[in-house]
Amino acid sequence: MSIAPLNLLLNVNGEPVTVSVEPRKSLADTLREDCRLTGTHLGCEHGVCGACTVLLDGEPVRSCLMLAAQAQGHSVRTVEGLAAEDGTLHPLQQAFWENHGLQCGFCTPGFLMLAAGLLESAGPLTAEMIDDALSSNLCRCTGYENISKAVHAAAKVLRQ
Amino acid sequence: MLRVEDLPLLTGAGRFAADIHLDREAHMRVVRCQVPHGLVRGIDVSGAKAVPGVLAVWSAADIDLGPIEFRQAAFAELLPYRQPVLAGSRVRYVGEPVAIVVAEDAYAAEDAAEGVQLDVAALEPVIDPRAAPARFDEDHGTEALSFVNGYGDVAAAFAAACHVVELTVRVGRHTGVPLECRGALADYRRSTGTLDFYGAAKVPHYNRAALAAMLGMAPHLVVLREGHVGGGFGVRGELYPEDVLACWASRELGRPVKWIEDRQEHLVAANHSRDQVHHIRAAAAADGFVTAIDDEFWLDQGAYVRTHAATVPTLTAAMLPGPYQVPAYRVRAHVRLTNKTPAGTYRAPGRYEGTFARERVMDAVAAKVGAGPLELRRRNFITAGQMPFARPLTALGTELEYDSGDYALLVAKAEERFGLAALERDLAARRAAGEAVGMGSAFFVEKSGLGPYEGVRVGVDTAGHVEVITGAGSMGQGFDTMITQVCAHELGVPAAAIRVRHEATDEIDHALGAFASRLTVMAGSATLLAARALRDKAVQAAARMLEADPGDLEYAEGGVQVRGEPAARVAIGAIAAALRPDQAARWGLAPSLAADGWYTSDHMCYPYGLHVAVVRVDRGTGQVTAERLLVAYDIGRAVNPMMVEGQLVGGAAQGLGGALLEEFSYDADGQPQCTTFMDYLLPTRAEVPPVDVLITTDAPSPRNPLGVKGAGEGGTTAMGAAIAAAVDAAAGAPGGVLELPVRAEAVLALLRPAGQRSTSPSGGI
Amino acid sequence: MKPAPFAYVRAESVPDATAALRRFGDEGKILAGGQSLLPLMNFRLARPAALIDIGGLRELSGLRSHDRQVSVGALTRHLDLARCGLAGPLGTMLRASAAYVGHLPIRTRGTFGGSVAHADPAAEWCMLTTLLDGSVTAVSASGERRIAAADFFDTVFTTALEPDELLTEVTLPLLDGTYRVAVAEFARRAGDFAVVAVMVACRVQDGMVGEARVCLGGVAGRPVRSPAAEAVLTGQPASGGTFTAAADAAAAASSPPADIHGSAEYRRDLVRVLLRRALERMGP
Repeated sequence: MSIAPLNLLLNVNGEPVTVSVEPRKSLADTLREDCRLTGTHLGCEHGVCGACTVLLDGEPVRSCLMLAAQAQGHSVRTVEGLAAEDGTLHPLQQAFWENHGLQCGFCTPGFLMLAAGLLESAGPLTAEMIDDALSSNLCRCTGYENISKAVHAAAKVLRQ
Repeated sequence: MLRVEDLPLLTGAGRFAADIHLDREAHMRVVRCQVPHGLVRGIDVSGAKAVPGVLAVWSAADIDLGPIEFRQAAFAELLPYRQPVLAGSRVRYVGEPVAIVVAEDAYAAEDAAEGVQLDVAALEPVIDPRAAPARFDEDHGTEALSFVNGYGDVAAAFAAACHVVELTVRVGRHTGVPLECRGALADYRRSTGTLDFYGAAKVPHYNRAALAAMLGMAPHLVVLREGHVGGGFGVRGELYPEDVLACWASRELGRPVKWIEDRQEHLVAANHSRDQVHHIRAAAAADGFVTAIDDEFWLDQGAYVRTHAATVPTLTAAMLPGPYQVPAYRVRAHVRLTNKTPAGTYRAPGRYEGTFARERVMDAVAAKVGAGPLELRRRNFITAGQMPFARPLTALGTELEYDSGDYALLVAKAEERFGLAALERDLAARRAAGEAVGMGSAFFVEKSGLGPYEGVRVGVDTAGHVEVITGAGSMGQGFDTMITQVCAHELGVPAAAIRVRHEATDEIDHALGAFASRLTVMAGSATLLAARALRDKAVQAAARMLEADPGDLEYAEGGVQVRGEPAARVAIGAIAAALRPDQAARWGLAPSLAADGWYTSDHMCYPYGLHVAVVRVDRGTGQVTAERLLVAYDIGRAVNPMMVEGQLVGGAAQGLGGALLEEFSYDADGQPQCTTFMDYLLPTRAEVPPVDVLITTDAPSPRNPLGVKGAGEGGTTAMGAAIAAAVDAAAGAPGGVLELPVRAEAVLALLRPAGQRSTSPSGGI
Repeated sequence: MKPAPFAYVRAESVPDATAALRRFGDEGKILAGGQSLLPLMNFRLARPAALIDIGGLRELSGLRSHDRQVSVGALTRHLDLARCGLAGPLGTMLRASAAYVGHLPIRTRGTFGGSVAHADPAAEWCMLTTLLDGSVTAVSASGERRIAAADFFDTVFTTALEPDELLTEVTLPLLDGTYRVAVAEFARRAGDFAVVAVMVACRVQDGMVGEARVCLGGVAGRPVRSPAAEAVLTGQPASGGTFTAAADAAAAASSPPADIHGSAEYRRDLVRVLLRRALERMGP
């Protein structure tokens, strides 16, 4: 069947973006192809690995389990939107670097956005809540130890 | 030192295969067989061709390419079992490529692939690698290879033995499963007759030659390009049918062809691994000294033999005796084909399996003679005084000779650093209070630094910045940082002034690549050699510039100065500028401040370690929770301890995965049961406990100028054995765990007193 | 793993959604959070010709208390329930159950109604609805009806909803302070679908069990109550002996399926162990 594309107005990293995509196109693919933001990665396309994690209205979501159409009217933030305008690294990026929190780097954007959503959220956040949330995403290289160290280190900076 | 690789990866600027775009790129989707075994009666592609956006659909009849050749351990007996790029008259596993669709976008390609109709007359699938061999084809059976290896008089040892222990153990089918699926972008240009292949990894130079041969092209017209690589673990980077097909399709269409695999494909199409059954016997003296090991094992190779050929069984056989004297040894190996995804290497290939079998036997011997597990190891260790220790065996073309090692010292250090005695007392107290907790340990020897060569070219620009070009690469382990550190140290230049590149096969003539934990040894040593040669040339040139005798000059801190006169100095940037071709010719030197370094080696080096696991078992559900993992590892010398630790922790997590969670199951009809991440279970943060690491440098390798050994695999090797022993201890069932992954159901059986029926009421709290 | 093509309709209201459902017949599916539906569609196991997105229907979100009942709006996210401030045993149960649902990013998007309509036999909200004999409100272009829990879940991924019906809310009884509740699950990893799950809600007064409700998930094609266990518990002391007997009875009466995550016999063992633990642990 031939299905007309949807014209969508998205808000990505603070910028309005118009895209014209098939209804079935995922938010992940739309970000990667139509917005040319390839930092968001696809590891499974069934919502288990979390490599595709972005922030939707500040909360971490699996962009492989969202249609681009569902993101209209919401704000989307990707890893490309973490660092400051002048390139200064976000405390999470700095912490991952200092704590050897990445090896191949494929899972890293997903973990950064998951952690950003956590650390920038209102309300209480305990160490247990952080560790529990970190089990949302998969990493195959690091064994998670240094990812956890990095997120806890950044938490100290962001949530004094 | 922090890694030099990280900035692009942290900021979303990575260039993994799927991130690379070329104008007019088309998308390839592989049509895969859904039947485990059968004869192909026909293939109807008309439905696929009709889908809008489809450019072409091809099957075996359209493509004239040979099978994929072997890269390593190429025993001739295995040749009949090579995999064709597309199934011809017979399909042999669920997931086997039978056709390719190329379309304008990936969504359309997937739509079209569904429209390909494959007509197969199903045949009985072979599922059990230990069943009597069946027919592979008219001329060949499913026992692809069997060999015997060993030394010493095994029969005499068993005849004279005080104790004999006999076990049958199994390591389940699992594999690397990197987080990035496989992918490639092939760009054949008719205007130049060249082929560029993006998404290369692991062994780009070898693959260039192999692809060129398969496509009938001159090698220099084929360039393999490596960007960022999302993990390898042995699985990624081998030449797969899909890589060849993408190149062929690009040449046919005259357009770039992009192939990006999805996870369901990956789990049935990328190399599986492990899956060995060992029937292992040990003869021991009264004190537990093992006088002989006799092992027979069956390896479930899956449907074809891929590029690794006999690598895994030969490594299994050669490394099984491990750190122990074992005066007599016999090993019989059987490589059996089944209708499953073909298998290859995965981190610590052959050693994870062999170590499991051997350490289970050592634990059984310890129990028999009433010795503590580590005490029993000590009674059997090769000593430091016996190094170098030669076993009359070969592996991957090199003779097995352990270069250095003090195994007992590492155990002693681990006992102290981790407080093992106090830990055991603490666990005993917890057991007395009713918890099912236990500790298990396992010792291993690893291999690293496989030759025979690797090389780099180091060059300095007129600003004094250094560039290192090599054909060895990275899949995330921090290769660039390691090379930077070696280079910085040798040239006295800050890390920030050094750039490491491994982007294309046409930038350096020879390279072997990233596998077998070889690069710190091989490429690191090559970098050292190149840097020293560059320093020598710098001195020669500086002698002209300073009008001094080379003997009066010394290289220091990124420049050359007159000894004792630091003011009389030229920096390497100025030297590079001075070595322009005409001036260089006048000086009788080659232009540029640059040098190659080629490190060659015909011996591996052998790091070693101890893995300890502490587990808690739920008496009601049998669930095993790992509370702590301890890794003690001697690496000879560590270039970057932070990265060594990262490798060991990551490796330990994978070892845990294979011990408790990961397995590819097949049903009786040959259908794979684990084709998504809901069924193939990778450990998350919740399953991987804190991992304590002790890195020692007591046994540098005398075999390379850096004294280093590799770290890539040493976190994985004995983790299965250690966890099994820990579960035994927690369940109060010595020798209970004989199979990995350890299933909760099996643990429940271990927890019950022998003879009690499993449906008895109140069986657990 | 891209889904097959489909038309996309963004519903502006409930009547909008039901009109679209009627228009598309069997071929239309409601898209709420998408956390269950989109994976199935990515696998191409589900291939609706049209998705009707109700994500913008704010009126379907939230908890509504009325005459000793709580109605959970279909679009209420798992995360909202994990954070809900509802007092009493029902609130306890909602928060405790929500913590088992997947992981944080799934809880952020996935919805209560979506989960109930999806009907996985071990899904927490399906179990809770069964446990408490909740009722499902289904709205179509022809009107509205209430479907009792016992009539709602048929088998795996199959409910009594007609193709043209939209689930708008699930109504649960507000449990008074005499109730004790607990949920216990066994999964191979944190956040995985439960292999076996158990929920209990028992009225306990003066140390004696009055009304007893036991629901098992993962032992059949839908969540099931355990009349055997409930019979053992009712009118008995709320003590270890009773709990053990109830757990044994539930296990003996189960005929669970087998798969790679557990044999039938093992699932029966899990029923016994988990039910015993839930009963030991239950509280207000």
